[in-house]
Amino acid sequence: MILRAHRASASASPLHAARAPVAAAYAIALVVAVLAFEHPLALVALGVAILGAGVLAGAGPTLARAALFAIPFALVIALINPLAVREGLTVVLRFGELGPLGQIDITAEALTFGAILGLRALLVMLAGGALIAATVDADEVLQRFRRISSRSALTAALAVRLVPVLGRDARRLADARRCRPGAARKPGPAERLQIVRAVATGALDRALDVAATLEVRGYATPGATRGARRLREPWSRHDIAFAASALGLVVLAGGARLTGVARFEAYPRTLAPVGLAEIVLAVALVLVALAPFADRRGVQR
Amino acid sequence: MSILRFEHVTYHYPHAQQPSLRDVSLDIAPGEFVVAAGLSASGKSTFLRAACGLVPHFYGGEFAGRVVTGGLDTRDHGPGALAAVAGTLFQDPETQVVLSTVRAEIALPLENHGHGPSAVARGVEEAALALGIAELLERPTHELSGGELQRVALCAALAGRPQLVLLDEPTSQLDPVAGDELVWLLRRLNEEWGTAIVLVEHRLERCLGAADRVIAFEGGAVACDDSPRGFLEWSAEHVPALSTPGARLFARAGLRPPPAGVKEARATLRAHGLLADPVTPAAQSVDHAPPRPARRLRRRAPSGPPPALAFHDVWHERSGGRTVLRGLNLMLAPGERVALMGRNGAGKSTLLRHANGLLEPTRGRVQSSGRVALLLQNPNDYFLADRVGDELDAEGLEDRGLAAVADRHPRDLSGGERQRLALGIVCGGDAPPAALCLDEPTRGMDRAAKGDLAASLRAVAAAGSAVLVATHDPEFAAVVAERVVLLADGRTIADGPVGELLTGGWYFATETARIVDGALLPEDGAELLRKRMTVEVEP
Repeated sequence: MILRAHRASASASPLHAARAPVAAAYAIALVVAVLAFEHPLALVALGVAILGAGVLAGAGPTLARAALFAIPFALVIALINPLAVREGLTVVLRFGELGPLGQIDITAEALTFGAILGLRALLVMLAGGALIAATVDADEVLQRFRRISSRSALTAALAVRLVPVLGRDARRLADARRCRPGAARKPGPAERLQIVRAVATGALDRALDVAATLEVRGYATPGATRGARRLREPWSRHDIAFAASALGLVVLAGGARLTGVARFEAYPRTLAPVGLAEIVLAVALVLVALAPFADRRGVQR
Repeated sequence: MSILRFEHVTYHYPHAQQPSLRDVSLDIAPGEFVVAAGLSASGKSTFLRAACGLVPHFYGGEFAGRVVTGGLDTRDHGPGALAAVAGTLFQDPETQVVLSTVRAEIALPLENHGHGPSAVARGVEEAALALGIAELLERPTHELSGGELQRVALCAALAGRPQLVLLDEPTSQLDPVAGDELVWLLRRLNEEWGTAIVLVEHRLERCLGAADRVIAFEGGAVACDDSPRGFLEWSAEHVPALSTPGARLFARAGLRPPPAGVKEARATLRAHGLLADPVTPAAQSVDHAPPRPARRLRRRAPSGPPPALAFHDVWHERSGGRTVLRGLNLMLAPGERVALMGRNGAGKSTLLRHANGLLEPTRGRVQSSGRVALLLQNPNDYFLADRVGDELDAEGLEDRGLAAVADRHPRDLSGGERQRLALGIVCGGDAPPAALCLDEPTRGMDRAAKGDLAASLRAVAAAGSAVLVATHDPEFAAVVAERVVLLADGRTIADGPVGELLTGGWYFATETARIVDGALLPEDGAELLRKRMTVEVEP
């Protein structure tokens, strides 16, 4: 598993120093902003902001590893769109009649929008997956979530714990497979499938073991939610900065939508005007997202 | 008033034909230290699950009778509520730790029981100090070794200072040092805090000395409920596989009563004048010379046939991490049986992974005269098919005594059968392997299954393959190996015959060796004692 389910406690950055709900809100605000825009300039700006946040939080390698997994998915999305969508005026490739699929024409507009959808998917996976996994304390989030719904938090805790357990199971199974006489050093697709199947078969047993542990630790008891309350901690400079940044990102995205800045039309012709307003918006997105990293005082929690 | 009471408890797991608990009635008093013994599948673990409420609340099935834990009837209170009075620790540390940092893990049960923030903080500190893991508090749990995880899980089970602690083979992943430390820690908690302990354990020689009472299970029923000494007398007669090496030593030498531990055994021998007084130099010189210190190793290459497996100056330095192996040299002749021992983290598993190429040395080289078969710790990891017959051909199944179970799912086999199947898989192929390496193969095995495995390994060696077994179990090493290699911090610190390495030490020694200096197995010790007795009666 490339994405680690737990953040590295050794990392010390302003984002790690923020309380978990604020750090999570910051990453979610980045996701919301990505979903709010289709304009390439705004998406590129958000890409810079996400990668910058990852690097400044010391999570660059995590984001890079996640990108290795996410890029193929993004490419698939980018390629499917021009095949599936029959809109756009600029035909760049004619496949003619393809049986039940009918007339297949590839348009420049569909290609462009496919690329934009792929980029958005990539950025969502990086901000919503890798950045959160690398910088947000899952334990703290679950503890706070338990006050709202203990059963949902139990399920989430089980899932969070199960991911690394199954990851280790898969590695052990792969090692054991290599110990078989005549086994290839690297498993082929069929062997990989066998390993995935064996891990999936054992997943229920593993889930039962972890759930039994949670039970005997008293996770589902009524007192658990009382115990989940912690001392009221004052908001640190990093809590305030990242909360403000998250709010700023959402406001920028909402404001742009309302005012029509960074407007984008995919069909029938691609329309993505780049004027002063769009440039200012792009710069503002990057600055608002990365400004909280400028203050490194008190980053050790 | 009892801390744990079973009243005529009978329990079937869902869809099981036979009950796993059969009319079990017993009482455990506050402050008692109880060991639950029995062969595999005798009902020990189910007994613990019933005590902590997982049976029947979590596992379902048919439950009859009544269990009262810490005054709470388990029919009315689930495992979460019972956790306030009973801490529980299971065998597999990987699934025992549920949060991402050690501090959060230990705090979890305290928070769950509604303790305030300052009580949680204090409880975490105290429990960590009591178990000697304060330095681990800020570590992420995914970085911990199996032994460290087990100690963290135990700490979490003890953090709320429960009146009763239930433990299912907690030492199975620990080296002899850590295993002994854990048992004595439990004894200390039992004596200082008055915590009642119920400990399920296969290596009884490790814990009987600390126990007040032993409950032995057979077929889900209580077969013996007595003091450690009474249990040993019962097991000698009814289930010899449950006898400790010390008890077998005494039985063979015709001595009574069977000892519950080394201290008791030595006291009995001293009282009979059969133990050399360590403060009397004359006694030492008359009886036997003190064991020679283990040789520091740099074995010369034998002049005979080429080695089956050889490690030449092997280093393993993790990228961005610690050095696991440091210039290690080791050579195994064809047919040689070698036990690899050392503390957790000494480098044993890493060395075995180099043997068959799962890992490459960062410096040095590994040489073998043919294929090296490696059996990793968990035999389940080798099973990819849904049918035993699809994992191994008919001839292999016949050789391993598994032909009758060819149509069953591999995971439905008993522990011993799974081990044999996995062994058949790695040893399969056209020719026998040049060397067979096994990583902790006896984890969770009872003594009978260990005996079967030892016999299998001797047969493999007799057929010409070198056998290298990494083990924490000195008793198993003494039975299976002719040579022992002791690793520490990635280096070989001692290498010698099993009779030399596993005698005269405190931890890396068999129980017999700790009772009778110079003897390794109960048979040797009994012979030595008989000779001394003969000398005693001579005019």
